[in-house]
Amino acid sequence: MKAPLRWNLNIIVIHWLSAFVVIGMFASGLWMVDLTYYSDWYKTAPHWHKSVGLLLAAVTLLRVSVRVGSSRPPEHGATWEIWLGRLGHLALYGLLFTLFASGYLISTADGRGIEIFNWVTVPGAGAFIEQQEDIAGEVHFYVAWSLIILASLHALAAFKHHFFNHDQTLKQMLGFTSSKN
Amino acid sequence: MKKLLLGLTAALVFSGANAADYKIDTKGAHASINFKIQHLGYSWLTGRFNDFSGTFSYDENNPGASDIRVSIDTASVDTNHAERDKHLRGDDFLDVEKYPEAKFVSTDIKTMADGNMKVMGDFTLHGVTKPITIEAKKIGEGEDPWGGYRAGFSGTTKLALKDFGIDYDLGPASQHVMLSLHIEGVKQ
Repeated sequence: MKAPLRWNLNIIVIHWLSAFVVIGMFASGLWMVDLTYYSDWYKTAPHWHKSVGLLLAAVTLLRVSVRVGSSRPPEHGATWEIWLGRLGHLALYGLLFTLFASGYLISTADGRGIEIFNWVTVPGAGAFIEQQEDIAGEVHFYVAWSLIILASLHALAAFKHHFFNHDQTLKQMLGFTSSKN
Repeated sequence: MKKLLLGLTAALVFSGANAADYKIDTKGAHASINFKIQHLGYSWLTGRFNDFSGTFSYDENNPGASDIRVSIDTASVDTNHAERDKHLRGDDFLDVEKYPEAKFVSTDIKTMADGNMKVMGDFTLHGVTKPITIEAKKIGEGEDPWGGYRAGFSGTTKLALKDFGIDYDLGPASQHVMLSLHIEGVKQ
């Protein structure tokens, strides 16, 4: 099978949506834990954070299935760059799923479900370990920082491909590639 | 001098023979440390500390010579809501990583005319130690059906969170927390 010139449109849409959501979730997460009790956002912000997080988890599962079921455009750069890139992308997925799981485990440690925007309730599975909400909370915090740092490196790498190597890496994810190359 | 020593020894023996030592029956969970705090001024929010331990000595004929000490594992706070408990354990409230223990050590016990007691002592919470008074009363004492001897008390006290350096603003109606202790001791 011949490699396509650019990423599958579904992948492109999910990629940029995820980028937008991940940044928003990181910021909202840091902000909401310091809200005062009488803030208008005290209940709403965590509710939306959890809702969006679970929706992103579903979208990311979909993303993985689309990604596995379709072929990717060519990779550019030296062999070590290509392998580092693959490793980095795997790590991004790993961090995302750890983030989804740890977030879920905070809110469901007492068996309560999580309501997604009052549409549907994802059932809680209860506690698997002692003090689950605290441990999951620590994991959620550090993994969120790890993800945002790795995603920043990911963006820097894309800029490097685009501005220094002048290759198609970024264009392939933006959906427009020139036919040459 | 000899007489004094003799008298002291006698006093020690005397008090030792009468004031019995009890261990709070946390093993059998015949003791609980509960609290309640107003929610917005509209209702009471209740919770408890699941893990604590303590001892007391008590002499029915001389309650004033009694004493009690209780140590509470602050991380065991339980309000039946994981997210809230996580918040309570965090640095907005109990900061349990820094202050894993809260404790009460009595300094004096007074019996009132009506039989109720005022248990005065030092309470340490959130790293701050303050004198508090627990209004207490004996519920009962006697032999249990399994060969032991038990005595039980309950007491309440009101704490201002700010006094213990906990200043997260829960609103004007929620400045104080009511602590209630129900303890049953098994004679050692």
